[in-house]
Amino acid sequence: MAIIVHSGTLDRLYCAFILGSTATTMDMETHLYFTFWGLNMLVKGGLEKAGLPATYKHMEEQMKKKLKEMNYPTLYDLLKRMKASGLLKIYACSPTMEMFGVKKEAFIPEVDEIAGATAFLDIASDADITLLI
Amino acid sequence: MKAKPDRTLDCLGLYCPEPIYRTRMELDNMKIGEILEVLADDPAAEADIKSLAKRLEQEIVSVRKDENTYRILVKKVK
Repeated sequence: MAIIVHSGTLDRLYCAFILGSTATTMDMETHLYFTFWGLNMLVKGGLEKAGLPATYKHMEEQMKKKLKEMNYPTLYDLLKRMKASGLLKIYACSPTMEMFGVKKEAFIPEVDEIAGATAFLDIASDADITLLI
Repeated sequence: MKAKPDRTLDCLGLYCPEPIYRTRMELDNMKIGEILEVLADDPAAEADIKSLAKRLEQEIVSVRKDENTYRILVKKVK
């Protein structure tokens, strides 16, 4: 499975990470390519600060409270889980890094490679499932 | 002859993807031939655990539903 993680909001990151962590649990090789808003979430502390988009901002506090009550894994929990399977690779989009002034030293240690669209398309061409979230 | 589980995994109160993640972790720690009993009340549990077993080529021995609780027996065959 190959996913372009374009979004940086809690709801969409959960979508990507739930699919990704379920895929690795099912022994599927998983590739997550972070670009635009998603790329910013790879910076240390980024995932913990993820929130809802403006349209749903009023629901953010309640949603976070409910997730705690449900004992739901955090975004970083899910990412670490995927990494522990040995089946996940995380790529950071290089022009997005330049656009937002993000240096690789700022990333969480789980990022594997800085790559561009060509690398993603090469991976996606062999994937059974390709998504943009 | 009713199959007897060798271990039980309580996933009550947990939602996708927790039940399948924990089922997978438990299966990884089991010997071939052992049977795992998974208890779950997530409505997605039956479909998810069946799909996981199919994907990992493990055997679903039985699925029972008591009110809102699923009792699924999975046998480790590989």
